[in-house]
Amino acid sequence: MTFAIKNRARSSISIWATGIFCLIFQAGALAAIPIQQWTQPSGAQVYLVESPAIAMVDIQMEFDAGTRRDPAAQAGLAGAMTGMMEKGLQARNGAPALDENALSEAWADLGAQFGAGATSDRMGFSLRSLTEPDLLDKAVALAARELAEPAFPDAVWQRERQRLQASIKESYTRPGSIIGRAYTQAVYGTHPYGYQVTEETLSRIGVDDMRKLHANSVVACRARISMVGAVTRAQADVIATRLLARLPQVPCDSLPPLLEVPEVAPLAQADEKRIPFDSAQAHVLIGQPGYKRADPDYFALTVGNYILGGGGFVSRLTLEVREKRGLTYGVSSYFSPGLHAGAFTVGLQTRPDQAVQAVALVRDVLKEFVANGPTEAELKAAKDNLIGGFALRIDSNRKLLDNISGIAWNRLPLDYLDTWTQQVDKVTVADIKAAFARKLQPDKMVTVVLGSP
Amino acid sequence: MLVNPSGLLHLQCQRPAPHSYSMKHPRQDLLTHPVPFFLSFSRLFRAPATLLALCLGTAAVAQAPAPRPEVEQFTLANGLTVIVKPDHRAPTAVHMLWVRVGSMDEVDGTSGVAHALEHMMFKGTPTVKPGDFSKRVAALGGRDNAFTGRDNTGYHQQIPAGKLEDVMRLEADRFANMQWPDEEFKREIEVVKEERRLRTEDSPRAMLYEQATAMTFMASPYRRPVVGWMSDLDAMTPNDLREFYRRWYVPANAAVVVAGDVTVAQVKKLAEKYYGGIPARPVPVRKPRAEPEQDGMRRLDYKAPASQAYVGMSFKVPKLEPADLVQPASPAAGAQPSPTAAASRDALALAVLSAVLDGYSGARLDRALVQGQGNERVADSAGSSSGLIGRGPQLFILDGVPAEGKTTQQVAEALRRQVALIAREGVSEAELNRVKTQWVASETYKLDSVASQARELGSNWIQGLPLDGSERVIAQLRTVSAAEVQAVAAKYFGDDQMTMATLLPQAVDPNRKPRKPAVAIRH
Repeated sequence: MTFAIKNRARSSISIWATGIFCLIFQAGALAAIPIQQWTQPSGAQVYLVESPAIAMVDIQMEFDAGTRRDPAAQAGLAGAMTGMMEKGLQARNGAPALDENALSEAWADLGAQFGAGATSDRMGFSLRSLTEPDLLDKAVALAARELAEPAFPDAVWQRERQRLQASIKESYTRPGSIIGRAYTQAVYGTHPYGYQVTEETLSRIGVDDMRKLHANSVVACRARISMVGAVTRAQADVIATRLLARLPQVPCDSLPPLLEVPEVAPLAQADEKRIPFDSAQAHVLIGQPGYKRADPDYFALTVGNYILGGGGFVSRLTLEVREKRGLTYGVSSYFSPGLHAGAFTVGLQTRPDQAVQAVALVRDVLKEFVANGPTEAELKAAKDNLIGGFALRIDSNRKLLDNISGIAWNRLPLDYLDTWTQQVDKVTVADIKAAFARKLQPDKMVTVVLGSP
Repeated sequence: MLVNPSGLLHLQCQRPAPHSYSMKHPRQDLLTHPVPFFLSFSRLFRAPATLLALCLGTAAVAQAPAPRPEVEQFTLANGLTVIVKPDHRAPTAVHMLWVRVGSMDEVDGTSGVAHALEHMMFKGTPTVKPGDFSKRVAALGGRDNAFTGRDNTGYHQQIPAGKLEDVMRLEADRFANMQWPDEEFKREIEVVKEERRLRTEDSPRAMLYEQATAMTFMASPYRRPVVGWMSDLDAMTPNDLREFYRRWYVPANAAVVVAGDVTVAQVKKLAEKYYGGIPARPVPVRKPRAEPEQDGMRRLDYKAPASQAYVGMSFKVPKLEPADLVQPASPAAGAQPSPTAAASRDALALAVLSAVLDGYSGARLDRALVQGQGNERVADSAGSSSGLIGRGPQLFILDGVPAEGKTTQQVAEALRRQVALIAREGVSEAELNRVKTQWVASETYKLDSVASQARELGSNWIQGLPLDGSERVIAQLRTVSAAEVQAVAAKYFGDDQMTMATLLPQAVDPNRKPRKPAVAIRH
């Protein structure tokens, strides 16, 4: 990128030289965000946004092997497995073995970074590299090896397990962790979203389990690859092919189908847990199972929650609990929609002697909001912020990548970002009221209070 | 942890970072590092690269130089500095106001006043009602927040570029005309105390850090916590804030930074219009409050409910003087060398030392202490950091968490053995190149975030660095030799300038009754 190119691009037709963004927002109206999407012969889906302004690329590769697929007795398996993928490579196909330090040095020397991890739904791998051809070439080659040929050395796992177990033990002394576990369990019951990683579940995980999980889940035909950066479609296709090239190339229909994961059960009745704890603040979590990402109420709930407790300083909860009464530093509400109904949660911390008051206040605000919805003025303020500030959600490669991989993961239409502000604009007070009434039952929520007298 | 499986256009609800910097509100995590960006390098690299968070600041190589950013700086007639960094990739902009005042400019008895003032800056002016500042920014489609550190206080808004004028008007107004009734303060100071409880009092390591800092420094104002001691918060008055504001919020003590889809001419015009009319006033004289030399080791034990112990050793080290960056440490023949040139050079070498110890995963400390290569492993984590630059005195910190069955003493000894090993045998060229490569690369990756570029420019201004300060620092770091690294490893790690702080874990009694507030509560 040079500034000469940028300047020319802003005033002429060679707009691509400045990156995608000027194109998107030219002439006041939102033009399309050009997401290119194709399926490779392996079955892998590729999503690309070309963003040539900076000589770098960000890539995300995701598989349906998040922690929701962990066996209950081995909760933490997906996280442990992805963590161990960074701990060394086997010798294979003419490439030498690399131990954990040789591997991390190789990444450092390339100026690239590879990451692996698992969330509730997704198992994913990320690569950030400069696009200088020689470097990118080597980074893609190393990523392909790391994806396909992890060594899973047992001695390293024994050590990493000790460290994980020690940090779990430490978390049992921290108020935020203790209440988080209790709340998760109360909201999700036996659903995998509620599985707790413990010293015991880790002790049941061995490197053979990791090898099995790796072989079954990191499969080319099921990969969803998202890319944002200074690469063309042709380059992106070659990169995606090379990233997956060392994995077994088998069609998905020859593989055993993925097992169905059950849905989160709604709560039958309200539940209140009190956890005694000696801390400077009481912690409060109130909530219930929320909704799935595919739910048609998504936009009404997103806009509604901005008003209720998602919108920072201007939300109802912040106004009532913090601004009017000074009871807390932070109070918020959020939904966590995923492949299953992730939790709706309100959280705050307050001086122990104020906890009872704060809980009653939050319940009142919730009840009122679910019963009556927002005011027209609140809805207008929410739309002003969400629609007016849409560009802030996609103004870097990294933010864009998060959005693109979300589209890929949730199989959303390619014009999802182009229609996002229209979808927000369509939401009415009645929509929000109806959607909240469908999703939230204030009289059946879980309340967990830690450290209140 | 709470499950949050969706990653898509999801309204963020982040919890506050566990320690150190104080923001007005915990939810937006965008700008939480009011320190020069390079200070956070070694910590940054230690964080494992996670799936949905690609870490900024990784490596690259010399053959891919970052483009030179086009930045402009000018000063208004009243002394206010304005810095503009156009970046037209997206139709958004960041507007920041940096004030060169932080907790280090406070005096005993009113610790925390800089931060409390930052909270109250959201409570109005004659033309903007309490709470309306953020409401108006939200209505513009923007996000706003603020932060306070030892060296500075900052306010920022991210907005669609077309709304720049609106936020400049709002920010200039509160910089010049802050005004609120005492009632607003009485409520907000309770929020600040909740912030202190959350970030400090319920975090054993934050408490240890607070107390160790108070012991490490005696005369330097760095000894006080940014958020303030609780009894000072209890005793704080509205007029403490108003006086601090009148004293320090003067144009010549502040810089406006604008980055994003803007032009220099446009920002210049708006800055003149909204900030230009604020009357000039002198910046108060700052007293040096120099830290006396430490001649003997200091030790602190802190007991708290925890299962893991922790030990941190801080060593007093020289810092990089901005003047030595502008006038390089090895001046041309005939020029007078700066009196701080040698110390500045050592500070740079110490930054390289820290990176060699802990600058990438599998670096020396991790290998020796956590993996236990060639020996028994003693730690579950181990790290180092070097202060390099700041308005106050700087520290080199080595720290670690013992592995099960090991002691903090074993960890402390092992940490110092690694430094001693470098003092004896030096470092390899491969290690040196590796850490330098990372610094060079970060210059390209950082271009992806306009907000972090604005933060870096503001932070460099606070420290008195030139506009290209970051590039100059990296250029200087690249000239550090293996011999210089070896020399500083031998020079600064004795007992006499060390403070050793140890967290002694105590069993948690689940049935103990929650504590009463330690001090009388004001209503």
